[in-house]
Amino acid sequence: MSGKPRLTYCNGRGRMEPVRWLLAAAGVEFEEIFLETREQYEKLIKDGVLMFQQVPLVEIDGMKMVQTRAILSYIAGKYNLYGKDLKERALIDMYVEGITDLMQMILMFPFSPPEAKEKNLDSIKERATNRYFPVFEKVLKQHGQEFLVGNKFSWADVQLIEAILAVEEKIPAVLSEFPQLQVI
Amino acid sequence: MAGKPKLYYFDGRGKMESVRWLLAAAGAEFEEEFLETREQYEKLLQGGSLLFQQVPMVEIDGMKMVQTRAILSYIAAKYNLYGKDLKERALIDMYVGGTDDLMGFILMFPFLSAEDKEKQRAVIVQKATSRYFPAYEKVLKDHGQDFLVGNSFSWADVHLLEAILMVEEKKSDALSGFPQLQAFKARISSIPTIKKFLEPGSQRKPVPDDKYVETVRRVLRMYYDVKAN
Repeated sequence: MSGKPRLTYCNGRGRMEPVRWLLAAAGVEFEEIFLETREQYEKLIKDGVLMFQQVPLVEIDGMKMVQTRAILSYIAGKYNLYGKDLKERALIDMYVEGITDLMQMILMFPFSPPEAKEKNLDSIKERATNRYFPVFEKVLKQHGQEFLVGNKFSWADVQLIEAILAVEEKIPAVLSEFPQLQVI
Repeated sequence: MAGKPKLYYFDGRGKMESVRWLLAAAGAEFEEEFLETREQYEKLLQGGSLLFQQVPMVEIDGMKMVQTRAILSYIAAKYNLYGKDLKERALIDMYVGGTDDLMGFILMFPFLSAEDKEKQRAVIVQKATSRYFPAYEKVLKDHGQDFLVGNSFSWADVHLLEAILMVEEKKSDALSGFPQLQAFKARISSIPTIKKFLEPGSQRKPVPDDKYVETVRRVLRMYYDVKAN
């Protein structure tokens, strides 16, 4: 009926990358339209498809969805990557939001002025190793299961692996004190 | 077993205000512990109550929940304010995402310098009246229903009312030119739980003042030099 989900964004990671990860993790094929010109963007706005005049935009199941969080929640819900009940969903939401805060630092990094880049890199490293990674290391150690929530693969696991790889790209040895996370 | 939800935050709006609104709208009573000293905060940290070392934190149904979005999603679902199916939830999430972005411009307003405040006030009004209000005006106009999603009161309605009132505090006639939103505001404000929350003596917090800013800075040792976004 609706065909494959269609993603509209720039040809790069940005805010759309978690959506690509989640669809891929769910085994869902998707199409992409890359915004390359101002005219393309202005046409989207004129056509009224961007509710808040922003991308990401994902056309899925007859909806023109915007707001990354909303898009990801919908996909997670649709493909059973959102836990089995309200409490598991709450845990997944908490973990995902925390990881998103860390990813936000990495997202903004390319836009920082050259003189601020080193300081920002240090901040990313500090937050990753003192605030975020220790939490997930502890979660995995405490329940000894393979996945973060409910002994089952979920959106939280996808988001965490994406974040780990993104941080490792900036700081290769970042997982050196996190044996549980290395196994992921 | 579970008792009332308990909110841990400063005695002021910040990120916790949306939680207060939603619990109130749901008719759920809640308790609050206000952070006033650095020691209180450090005690929470040492006790391991703050998953990412941050507030808001809400004790609810045996969980110590952090991350505002997660807390709000849980409350919305628990009290049936999250639509009847996945697609309605998607719409609610989209709409709440928008009002969240709008309120984000207002969140750090109290921490700005006087000069930056004036600039930011203009930004808030501009975003509200050219990006966000038109979007919700259209939603209401297109379906002609009383509520944003599924002809049923939801989290999206509560969040939008909260945002409208906050923008009006910055510019009292911000809704002029938006007749649907004006009617929406009147309708939602008259829902009994919301009406009660809007009356004096409720747990709704006032516009943040210097004392609030000073408390946050003292407790968190952060936000001393905040720039507008």
